Amino acid sequence: MPLLPPDVFVKKQVAAVQEYSILAGRAIADIFSRPLYWDDIFTQMDSIGVGSLPIIILSGFFTGCVLALQSVTALQEFGAVSKTGSLVSLSMVKELGPVLTGLMVSGRNAAGMASELGSMKVTEQIDAMRALGTDPIRKLVTPRLIATVFMLFFLTIIADAVGIAGGALVSVGMLGLTASSYLHSSYTSLVHGDIVQGLTKPLFSGFIIATVGCFYGMRTTGGTQGVGRATTQAVVVSSVFIIVVDFIVTRLMIGIFGS
Amino acid sequence: MEPSNGATPVVQFEGVSITFDVKPILHDISFSVERGQTLVLLGPAGCGKSVLLKLTNGLLRPDSGTIRVFGEDIAKLRRRELYQLRARIGMVFQESALFDSLTVEENVAYRLHEEHVPEAEAHVRVVEALKFVELEAAIDKFPSELSGGMRRRVSIARAIISNPDLILYDSPTGGLDPITSATIIELVMKQRDVSHTTSLVVTHRLQDAFMLATHCYDPAAGGMNPLPKDGPDHGIDEGMKFLVLNEGKIAFQGTTEDLVHSDDPWVKRYLE
Repeated sequence: MPLLPPDVFVKKQVAAVQEYSILAGRAIADIFSRPLYWDDIFTQMDSIGVGSLPIIILSGFFTGCVLALQSVTALQEFGAVSKTGSLVSLSMVKELGPVLTGLMVSGRNAAGMASELGSMKVTEQIDAMRALGTDPIRKLVTPRLIATVFMLFFLTIIADAVGIAGGALVSVGMLGLTASSYLHSSYTSLVHGDIVQGLTKPLFSGFIIATVGCFYGMRTTGGTQGVGRATTQAVVVSSVFIIVVDFIVTRLMIGIFGS
Repeated sequence: MEPSNGATPVVQFEGVSITFDVKPILHDISFSVERGQTLVLLGPAGCGKSVLLKLTNGLLRPDSGTIRVFGEDIAKLRRRELYQLRARIGMVFQESALFDSLTVEENVAYRLHEEHVPEAEAHVRVVEALKFVELEAAIDKFPSELSGGMRRRVSIARAIISNPDLILYDSPTGGLDPITSATIIELVMKQRDVSHTTSLVVTHRLQDAFMLATHCYDPAAGGMNPLPKDGPDHGIDEGMKFLVLNEGKIAFQGTTEDLVHSDDPWVKRYLE
């Protein structure tokens, strides 16, 4: 790749931010006007939500397991092994559930969206769609945005639940805690603010995954090599955005609900 | 959106220029296409023919100049109005651009499904369009199961299904063998002579352009015939116009007769 002069490079980056903002703005605006492509929304919900279920269950479950296993060493020093449930549930609900789910879905679906739309772009199918009188943002981006935000919310709840269950399995089976003690500690430590914080994050992550995935797909150039590049960029950028936005939302929520 | 009357050109370019990054693609292009006319865009590869077609359809926006389609300045149209305008335009893409996850029937019926035409009526119209391109047997196939020529024919069926007022053909014979190319040109001619649709045909193959100019479709015989040299139009279709581009600029525009007798040294060399 040729090295660009600094001014050209900066202009390109500013233009990319502008394009992304226009795409995201239009995708949101199209939610509130007709036609809405319900068939495509449900197809995407099935692909993003149901399709991601196995990886979300597996990653959530084993994260809960390993969290219980790791935390018990530190908790033993303070004689607070009974607080394992509290630590696992708080970590899962506030942080690991939303972020890990976001990252897993990003790896699977931002890549899928970028490659699918990228292939359509390089074979002129997106232009053909526009030429046939269909707005590709309305037809391709908005359904993916709605489906990702909606399904990521529920996937996060599932990841939280199986993570806590995984922690319970390790705590009871390997650490000798009773199930009632673990679950009681988990339940009582969670307050309203924790749940709100944990369930606000997937709304942002879903938005990032869909818009970044579609953005890189829609601006793909350069044939199959370009599709590969767009896919990689979509995963990298959406993953970084998810972690950055996670920090910002956490800080905001601490400001609203306290620690 | 008002339909254009007979006096308004269907397509009108006035001083249109477009640049990609720092490379000028088209410079100060002005021409018009009247109702029922066929304009053939000729020129070497990379001279901006396909870009000109995409500008006509509003798929690209010019940096300067005005493009009017059916009398509407497309730069001033809202997004929704532009999509309504495109519903009156059919486009055949260079590489067909069929939706690879849809069957031939779904591809051809795409516009009808978007307009919520009842399924039974859509099917009848799809069969009719596929009969026009003599491909009704492939209705259930996927694009990947078709040859290049068949894909191009499906693309033509998809473009004509809604009886558009303007058809844009982007290198319809590009990459095809001579026999298949002749079949595709015959379909372009059939659409021109049977439906009298205004069309812009991009090609870099002179033989295709001159075949369009010197032949007409005979519905009774179901094939193309050369125009009689002793007829009123002296063997050349009067409705055909040519626009030759070279390095983003107009090198020639006019009738077939003018093109053949052009004194411009570059045009002469290009034709040879």
